[in-house]
Amino acid sequence: MSTVFVCTRKGLFVFEQLEHGLKSHSQHFLGDPVTSACVDASGCWYVALNLGHFGPKMHKSEDQGKSWREIGCPALPKKPADSSDTSEWQIKQVWILEPVPESPGYLLAGTNPGALFVSRDGAQSWQLSESLWYSPQREKWFGGGFDDSGLHSIAINPDDHQHWTIAVSVGGVWHTYDAGDTWILKCSGMNAAYMPDDMADSEELQDPHRLIAAPSDFKRMWVQHHCGIFVSDDAGKHWRECLHEQKSSFGFAVAVHPTQMDTAWFIPAIKDESRYPENGQLKVLKTTDGGQSFQVLTQGLPQEACYDLVYRHALTVDNQGHSLTFGSTTGNLWHSMDCGAQWQTVSNHLPPIYAVRWFAQDLNWRI
Amino acid sequence: MARISFTANLARHVDVSTIDIAGQTLKDILDQLYSIHPQLKPYIVDEQGNLRKHIMLAIDQELVQGDVAPYLMRTEVNRLHIMQALSGG
Repeated sequence: MSTVFVCTRKGLFVFEQLEHGLKSHSQHFLGDPVTSACVDASGCWYVALNLGHFGPKMHKSEDQGKSWREIGCPALPKKPADSSDTSEWQIKQVWILEPVPESPGYLLAGTNPGALFVSRDGAQSWQLSESLWYSPQREKWFGGGFDDSGLHSIAINPDDHQHWTIAVSVGGVWHTYDAGDTWILKCSGMNAAYMPDDMADSEELQDPHRLIAAPSDFKRMWVQHHCGIFVSDDAGKHWRECLHEQKSSFGFAVAVHPTQMDTAWFIPAIKDESRYPENGQLKVLKTTDGGQSFQVLTQGLPQEACYDLVYRHALTVDNQGHSLTFGSTTGNLWHSMDCGAQWQTVSNHLPPIYAVRWFAQDLNWRI
Repeated sequence: MARISFTANLARHVDVSTIDIAGQTLKDILDQLYSIHPQLKPYIVDEQGNLRKHIMLAIDQELVQGDVAPYLMRTEVNRLHIMQALSGG
């Protein structure tokens, strides 16, 4: 057994992954928007809320959600009166929480506006990565979908926990080799077709919607970009586009097979203001050859009058590469136990889904 | 002496209820309030010290949004209600 978090507009929904599919386990923070959730190396649960009136907040559970307590939430420093930065220095939401492997209480958080925060004390306190925040290049970042830029993807090298790669919408792909003390912007090969031609290859103007490093080889990274699917073989410094039917594919979410780095899943949509499945038919794209070709998976998914959009954090795969789960803005949740060949509807009645996350933890209590 | 009251929705997140606080200025009153309820401050103001976008203060008969700094030295505060923008229609 294992567990799947479903973060929604109206709470955190926890499912058990059983042999025959997903089973609802518990609900938490009903009525409140949950933007991200994770489990750290000690098994503690963390959630980020985005309370409409009261701002972003974070909570932690040490007993698998039986009880929660409020903990520290990332916050920006006081904005200098003479700052030329036109953005508001106010955290609007914690967009991604990423636990550092094998390091209890060591977490990274990406936010809107785009900033990276580090906690080494189980999220009692957070430290801003100042070198990234104060980088002159950050002032070129801009919002993609939100008013502000957002840091939504954090990949941590399993063999070197000081080596992180992050992705920013809109701000490109950045790398640190010293746990955030210094950063390098590098993502050549991406193409920002929304910019004038002479700016389309500017690295800080790229909009990677989601970046995932292959668990089996950190050098292999996948990105669903605003302008297509991209793959890298050098840990995100250089990228090449992967075409589906000779076309770029728009979408948000990516999942990568845990042991087969050439296998990845994507969920396409019509670009880019429309953002619904082409012809109202929901499909999943799967590549098993490093993006040279894609299979179109539709069995069990609605093939008419479907207008579901899958957000960037709302597709997940288990540690065997067999079970996949994704959820949509329309509150539908689907699960596959055969690598995406067949899909089962888990629910048609959830709130709008922001994020879906699998993790290897057996639940030890029942309501 | 000022009587501080709260939107009921805030009590979903922080254990607060109506309280009387003596203070020379609004700043004194808020500082004491945050001292009594350490979790409360980030629910009311953002990291720049401004009222959160959807929070409003009723200071006696005056409604205040955004930058609260001009009001912090106000004396003779009798009533402070911490309220929120209304949700829905």
